[in-house]
Amino acid sequence: MSPSVPLQEMIRAIRSARTQCEERGVIQRECAAIRAQFRQADNGGRSHNLAKLLYVHMLGYPAHFGQMECVRMIASPRYSEKRVGYLGAMMLLDEKQDASLLITNSIKNDLSHSNQYVQSLALCTLACMGSAEMCRDLAPEIDRLLRASNSYIKKKAALCAVHIVRKVHDLGELFAPAARSLLAEKNHGVLHGAVVLIIELCERNPETLERFRKVLPDLVQIMKGLVLSGYSPEHDVAGISDPFLQVRILRLLRILGHNNEGASDAMNDLLAQVATNTDSTKTVGNAVLYETVLTVLDIKSESGLRVLAVNILGRFLLNNDRNIRYIAMTSLQKIVGTDHNAVQRHRGTIVDCLKDQDASVKRRALELSLALVSASNVRSMMKELLLFLSSCPAELKAHAASGIFNAAERYAPSQRWHIDTILHVLTTAGGDVRDETVPNLIQLITNASELHCYTVHKLYRALLTDISQVSVSNQSEIRFVTEDDVLDALETVLQSHMSGPLTACLSLHHFTTASRIRSIVSIYGSCIDVELQQRAVEYNALFKKYDHMRYATAR
Amino acid sequence: MIKAILIFNNHGKPRLSKFYEHYNEDTEQQIIRETFHLVSKRDENVCNFLEGGMLIGGSDYKLIYRHYATLYFVFCVDSSESELGILDLIQVFVETLDKCFENVCELDLIFHVDKVHNILAEMVMGGMVLETNMNEIITQVDAQNKMEKSEVSLTLFDIYS
Repeated sequence: MSPSVPLQEMIRAIRSARTQCEERGVIQRECAAIRAQFRQADNGGRSHNLAKLLYVHMLGYPAHFGQMECVRMIASPRYSEKRVGYLGAMMLLDEKQDASLLITNSIKNDLSHSNQYVQSLALCTLACMGSAEMCRDLAPEIDRLLRASNSYIKKKAALCAVHIVRKVHDLGELFAPAARSLLAEKNHGVLHGAVVLIIELCERNPETLERFRKVLPDLVQIMKGLVLSGYSPEHDVAGISDPFLQVRILRLLRILGHNNEGASDAMNDLLAQVATNTDSTKTVGNAVLYETVLTVLDIKSESGLRVLAVNILGRFLLNNDRNIRYIAMTSLQKIVGTDHNAVQRHRGTIVDCLKDQDASVKRRALELSLALVSASNVRSMMKELLLFLSSCPAELKAHAASGIFNAAERYAPSQRWHIDTILHVLTTAGGDVRDETVPNLIQLITNASELHCYTVHKLYRALLTDISQVSVSNQSEIRFVTEDDVLDALETVLQSHMSGPLTACLSLHHFTTASRIRSIVSIYGSCIDVELQQRAVEYNALFKKYDHMRYATAR
Repeated sequence: MIKAILIFNNHGKPRLSKFYEHYNEDTEQQIIRETFHLVSKRDENVCNFLEGGMLIGGSDYKLIYRHYATLYFVFCVDSSESELGILDLIQVFVETLDKCFENVCELDLIFHVDKVHNILAEMVMGGMVLETNMNEIITQVDAQNKMEKSEVSLTLFDIYS
């Protein structure tokens, strides 16, 4: 009889419930039975009951009454009971509960158990939910296990040490020597654990970081072994030898080489070797390459290596795998400030990614494209960006529009081009343009006095085709368009509910003639919007009192 | 660091929830619901990375997921983990489950969730990657299962002797 059968029976019963209510009923009955069983002194099915409770807990039902049972199970001499007990402790207990203190002694005993699997249960639980006191209490034991045990235990002890250091920072000093000696191990699991531990120690303490720079040659040696050695069936994953360990070591190298010339020099050759030797046709290879790129870009690497790294990112942008394209974009975004010229070389590919189907890739491509606009490429980039704007997803429109405005403002080759661009944006995505950009636009148009006529024409045409945020700013210089036509258009704008009060305000501002104005304006004298109301009343007053001065004041 | 590992089906029913940081029961369920909501909206041809939801962490955390038939495997990780590395790890996890259960399907995970926890415990410990070699993982899991089985038969022996 497999120990799990009663659990499976309960699962079957829960699944056969047809409604949420029925399920609740089944679970309540089961929990009541479990509770009763817990209260009994000793029974053969203890581990089953706790397992059932944990299942119920996963579904979201309260299970706190099982906490003491976990404590009892952990103290049991039987492996099956310990196993469920420890699992329960990890799921139901945390340092805030009193029950967690009670398991400290059991963990302590189990850490020196003759059976490695019992030791491993204790290590796992300590690493998951050990409190600061438990960690302080048990740290010497962990240190002992780091030095003198088999590889299975050593690898678990290493990660347990990481947890301890996170909880009690000063204990880092205790583990540093053991961590260093672990690098001589052959077992990859242990090496991996050792590297994770060293990373944690270095990140916590700059002095420790300084000391660990001395083991750089050892790390380089290990990496070389992984990258250049022949086929090793034990560690091979699609032709790469233990890619997980390679990635982890590269992460440590990054930390050691950051802001340090000496360390960066020492790893330069190795990084170049990894970058050129790693097979990029498989995904595991790409994980290693990507980590190499990140390391190269984060340390004081020489420029040739940096260009190599950016080129790898450029190649990633052409990869069929969306994930690869996405992370390449993210990385390029981070370095576009520091390695601008290198990233510019891949501008074409980046702009192509604006057409990618994936919304996250599109977003990244947009941000990157905006960052790459410069005086020399502004015309061609703007063409692409405006094209993007016309078909981009709704959630990106506002960001794209304001980005284009900023870029246009910084690099516009001429005022006419600038106005054209702005009008183009307004007509394509007027509704998404942020309100605060409109006054800037008006300011710009006001300043470009020789283009007023041109602007008015374009605005009028734009008004006719699309009524939204396209507000007419300088209508007083009308020459070829009749005033009535303009008034018609403006009236439509006012009446259209699509344009916000802002547009209406601006429109009101520039009526210059016709008594039609008064009738329209007086309607707005009782408008809900306070600003409109105010303007309407003001104008009405103006019209009544100072009829002859209308032209002068209308501006 | 891995903050949580969640497996749920296409309707959001949890099949495994492992949290490496403590949350109370209600928050755990909320996280599962929110994660399901975020992940199930995704198209099939977008990338497998999502910025994390509000509950589980904020800007430093990402959700890295894979969709296999009726199940979503979601790892919530911070920036210390390599995104591509975690994707590969999910692959190793699923392949290991496949080896242990012989052509694993959702029902296997439902009825043997305790075994899935045991397998996961040999791969990830305290939120950190422990072992990535599939053969090594399976060897250890088998040895532990043997120990449990031998205990059961010992008990029966006690009863009848």
